[in-house]
Amino acid sequence: MNAEAGAVRSYLDYYLTRARVQIQSNFQYRVATYMWMIGMLAEPVVYLVVWTTISEQQGGDVQGITTGQFAAYYIVWTLVRNMNIVFTPYGWEWRIREGQLSASLLRPLHPIHEDIAGFAGWKVVTIILWLPIAAVLWLAFDPEFDVRTAEIAAFCAAIWGAYLIRTMFLTSLGMVTFWTTRVSALFELMVGLELLLSGRLVPLPLMPDWAEEIANVLPFKWSFYFPIETLVGDMSNRELLEGLGMQLLWIVALTGLFLVVWRFAVKRYSAVGN
Amino acid sequence: MKSLIRRRHRQVRAVDDIAFEIDQGEVVGFLGPNGAGKTTTLKMLSGLLYPTSGEARVLGHVPSKRERDYLRRITLVMGNRNQLQWDLPALDSYELNRAIYRLPRGDFTQLRDELIELLDVGDLVRKPLRNLSLGERMKVEIVGSLLHRPQVLFLDEPTIGLDVTMQKRIRTFVAEYNRRFDATVLLTSHYMADVEALCRRVIVIHHGKILFDGPLARLGDQFEAFKTLSVELEDTGADLSGYGDVLEREDGRVKLPVRKEETARVTARLLAERDVADLTVEDPPIEDVIELVFAQERPE
Repeated sequence: MNAEAGAVRSYLDYYLTRARVQIQSNFQYRVATYMWMIGMLAEPVVYLVVWTTISEQQGGDVQGITTGQFAAYYIVWTLVRNMNIVFTPYGWEWRIREGQLSASLLRPLHPIHEDIAGFAGWKVVTIILWLPIAAVLWLAFDPEFDVRTAEIAAFCAAIWGAYLIRTMFLTSLGMVTFWTTRVSALFELMVGLELLLSGRLVPLPLMPDWAEEIANVLPFKWSFYFPIETLVGDMSNRELLEGLGMQLLWIVALTGLFLVVWRFAVKRYSAVGN
Repeated sequence: MKSLIRRRHRQVRAVDDIAFEIDQGEVVGFLGPNGAGKTTTLKMLSGLLYPTSGEARVLGHVPSKRERDYLRRITLVMGNRNQLQWDLPALDSYELNRAIYRLPRGDFTQLRDELIELLDVGDLVRKPLRNLSLGERMKVEIVGSLLHRPQVLFLDEPTIGLDVTMQKRIRTFVAEYNRRFDATVLLTSHYMADVEALCRRVIVIHHGKILFDGPLARLGDQFEAFKTLSVELEDTGADLSGYGDVLEREDGRVKLPVRKEETARVTARLLAERDVADLTVEDPPIEDVIELVFAQERPE
């Protein structure tokens, strides 16, 4: 076995072990996790009720999106939103302020692997716990789905792409906390932009053209609207592949940005506390 | 009010131009009061902190570069910081360490079981970490931090908050690990019992500067100002105030602190002038000496 293959195998071993440990840990608090997920349903259910009401008042659709399609959009939304929950800049702020990064820095492995693998394990739990929630929403809102095998395959890849884009975006933003431990203003600004330009608040086709154009050049759409549309929309195989390609591009770009900033940021770590 | 508009910054040198070398297999006590720069030094040597100037080398590596080969050969144990998974049994965290350090499964299992046996934590490693007491947690933390068989151990207050029995157990374990693997140990502790049991050499740091670096036994020679004469007289009620301030009088035995340079003269006077049944010259406890060192002003 050559060195590269050995390294890949070691990383795979680490990712699987870390994810397994995280799954065990999350299952210990499965009831709390469930309650939390159910609590998060309030947001999409509000959107869903609002849009279905508008749709029904306008004769069954809003700009071509039917009531059943709105239902499908926001049911898939619930899973994508959960896949989008990653380690936030607040988490980095806490790590730095409390000196919690020290243990990770002492290990012969970049701390980002711990976050990616750990949260990936959590996502496995999330997906399993989401299935019954999706079933209940399905029965309650009667969504319209017309799904091809290629779309299901693209969706399975796209939700993990979304996870990685948002991880690398928020991790890059979290690097700011090495310079200032009060990152909340910046983070809240980002969340506001994301809310409008990702498809979280409103499906992007319902936004003005100029907003859609801005959304196309930002990462938010690729971590929210695109994965939903792979399953709910009517995309050709080419469009699916192009979308996945865009996700890959954003992952590579944001990882590059993170690695460059990290080199400077980590030198500022003061390992306060202990 | 002015500081609300214009902040003032003051740079403090936590560690200032210190220099020392430690040979392989040495166990060195790193002593100093709170804020002296001990933990800062340990964090620099383990690669957590990037020094603003100067150079440190450990095992041929520059720690601040945090090269993987270096991090695989060291460990930093912090007495009040958990490095294992809080909600899971330590065995699961050990498994994670195996994957992080890329340890061959056979070697890992063998050493893990040996360490578990040495620290007698067979039952504890199967319970979630959150269910363990402070002392129990420290023992399983130590096992976790040594699974990759580090050659250099940075131990920052490893016995803090533990009862006497647990402290002794950990001391014995560290000594055994040092002996078996010829590991180098740099230890900070506020418990002198740790230092006396493990370290032949101590480095005393204060205000970021080294005040003393040498054998523990010589620390007293350099810093102690007084010795204690313990005298037992035939005449138990005799007045000894002419020889010094009586520190203690109990069961006919009197303790007199005497300036170190006057010890011989006062001893000779006592033997010549009094009916002495027994006389011993005692060094002050090491804690007192350390306290004396810490009380010194910042060196120029």
